[in-house]
Amino acid sequence: MTIVNYDPRLVKTKDPYPKGPNDWKRFFSFNTDAKVIGIQYIVTALFFLLIGGLLGMLIRGELITPPSDLFDPTVYNGLYTMHGTIMLFLFLFPILSGLTNLLVPPMIGAPDMAFPKLNALAFWLVPVFSIVLLISFFVPGGPASSGWWSYPPISIQNPLGKIINGEMLWIIAISLSGISSIIGAVNFVTTIIRMRAPGMGFFKMPIFIWTVLAAQLLQLLGLPALTGGAIMLFFDLTFQTSFFRVEGGGDPVLFQHFFWFYSHPAVYVMVLPVFGIFSELFPVYSRKPLFGYKFVAVASFGITILSLVVWVHHMFYTGTPMWMRNLFMFTTMLIAVPTGVKVFAWIATLWGGNIRLSTPMLFCLGGLFNFIFGGITGVMLATVPVDIHVGNTYFVVAHFHYIIFNTIAFGIFAAIYHWFPKFTGKMFYEGLGKVHFALTFIGATLNWLPLHWAGLLGMPRRVASYDPEFAIWNVLASIGAFILGVASIPFILNMVSSWVRGKSAPPNPWKAIGLEWLLPSPPPHENFEEDIPTVLNEPYCYGLDKPFVEDEQFYIEKSLKKS
Amino acid sequence: MENQNLSLNHKPGHIKHDGHNITGFIIFLCSESIIFFAFFVGYSVLKISAPVWYPEGINGIDTKMPLINTVILVSSSFVIYFAEKYLHKKNLWGFRIVWFITMIMGSYFVYGQYVEWSELTFSLQSGAFGGMFYLLTGFHGLHVITGILLMILMLFRSFLPDNYKDGEMGVESVSLFWHFVDVIWIILFGLIYLWQ
Repeated sequence: MTIVNYDPRLVKTKDPYPKGPNDWKRFFSFNTDAKVIGIQYIVTALFFLLIGGLLGMLIRGELITPPSDLFDPTVYNGLYTMHGTIMLFLFLFPILSGLTNLLVPPMIGAPDMAFPKLNALAFWLVPVFSIVLLISFFVPGGPASSGWWSYPPISIQNPLGKIINGEMLWIIAISLSGISSIIGAVNFVTTIIRMRAPGMGFFKMPIFIWTVLAAQLLQLLGLPALTGGAIMLFFDLTFQTSFFRVEGGGDPVLFQHFFWFYSHPAVYVMVLPVFGIFSELFPVYSRKPLFGYKFVAVASFGITILSLVVWVHHMFYTGTPMWMRNLFMFTTMLIAVPTGVKVFAWIATLWGGNIRLSTPMLFCLGGLFNFIFGGITGVMLATVPVDIHVGNTYFVVAHFHYIIFNTIAFGIFAAIYHWFPKFTGKMFYEGLGKVHFALTFIGATLNWLPLHWAGLLGMPRRVASYDPEFAIWNVLASIGAFILGVASIPFILNMVSSWVRGKSAPPNPWKAIGLEWLLPSPPPHENFEEDIPTVLNEPYCYGLDKPFVEDEQFYIEKSLKKS
Repeated sequence: MENQNLSLNHKPGHIKHDGHNITGFIIFLCSESIIFFAFFVGYSVLKISAPVWYPEGINGIDTKMPLINTVILVSSSFVIYFAEKYLHKKNLWGFRIVWFITMIMGSYFVYGQYVEWSELTFSLQSGAFGGMFYLLTGFHGLHVITGILLMILMLFRSFLPDNYKDGEMGVESVSLFWHFVDVIWIILFGLIYLWQ
């Protein structure tokens, strides 16, 4: 190897990956490298997206005709419970942990996470609890069937009287998932607080880091409440205690409080990093600085704090006193303020920008469009009279999927495409990406837009058969669901073929600003090693005469040389 | 080549852990306290809303034995502080002896809890109160036992050479955990035994 650059700092750098990034075996081992763990998380999560999606398509297959003909209604109950559980705990949480693992250390200039071994442990808990969850399909009585929120008294009935039943395995899986998330959250927060590059004060961090910090703090504050509730539910189910049994002096509504105290913020745990992804990607693909950087950053914490005091809006129709309804209607609507700040900042960033409609940007724009729609139905649902009318109908299901799939999953796809060249070192095929976007957008819209009407007309959720007057909306939705299923084919094709034989990626294919783009593609094991850059400005100064780091040219040359 | 490959997964001392551990541990304890907080809220809500709180034949619970337990646990928090002091002064034997005294006090607490449980006339299934009582004291007891096990580990480690090369993070974390267990007990004692 000849050294072309005479900068003394270049000479001491060793080859970081002796066996090269093609050593695929490390993805199947207890590896402590955050970048390996990130890819482990993402691939596992995408596998469960396929399984969860298959269950979703089975549900839509049952609902394409009004009578219950494809499955027994009991089986149907198990299907939607497992669909929800798999999508949330085995697709969304792991894939966001994966993106966070990949992005946080390079973005803040850290060599790795603060606790690499705990990080690997957090990942390997995912396969463990996924096996526990999937085993429940084969126990007598089938999997948990009380919906993903597991309300007592339905969830503690245990009709077969067996100690090992689907519901019990569900609780164990959720608790293990909680342990994994808490380990991850401790790790992310410690890393962000203590391992930032020199010069990177809080108001020079990328927005993605802000949103991860906000989301993980929320995880730390909210998740233990669900764990507490799950422990009590487990005791009620297995040891016949009376925490949630009315006949023993317990209170079933108490569980709903425990559940929603976490599970409402859980939606923000998932959506905040996606807000971060939007804030990272819009400036890159419109070549303009992020509008109102400090407001967008602080708004993340506004959302964190407010989201801890809105949970009762899920319980407007479960005997909540009037003062509580009014209070929580107010706090819920208040959350539209910091969220609105972000939406307007993104639109202002796009305004007059030089917009490139490549695949990541298309997913971002689609996600933003859907988020505005889903946000408006969210404000509708926050209103007590509307909520009592449409609560537990397909309107709620449609709103929920507009946020959870049409916004969050769109943002995740955008992030996967945007950072794919960085972490695999290969370019993806733009054409296949656009096909994937078109199919996903059409499928998702067709799937969930008609269900708003079905819900407003009064079609209840969680039923295997329904009145024929709702048939037209359900036929449309089912067609949309099958299009979504087809959309996974170009995606898988694109990812696998471009990783195996795609063009090599340059260090900075999108001409983006950010510490991760100053690294070679794929980045070496410990990112910047000993030469950690000193950050001068936030990473959004497109077209401004503000340098991003000290001696930027050195890092650019170094990354070009190693790629 | 082989050597480089080994160093890929483990580079001792390269990523500096000093201080991360304590930060991470404090964050973890904050999160852990939320579980107790959830149980405390559950206890209070059930107690306020239940028409009949105590199981049949019981008007309340005896506070004498738990009070002795409380005094011992609270004072052990001061004792562990002195153990830590000795370690900072590099007085290893002083540390070991005072640390051991803390362990004895913690073990006495667990024993006292066991005696109290065995004398009670209600069970886990005795309504919401029975469940809550055993859940709270049991979950706290598990934390005390965990604390004692961690102390045994730290005592054992103090005999290893080079143990405190990277600082005294382990002992500091265990001590922090012990204070945490102590504070939780004070709230628990107030809720279950004083508020009758």
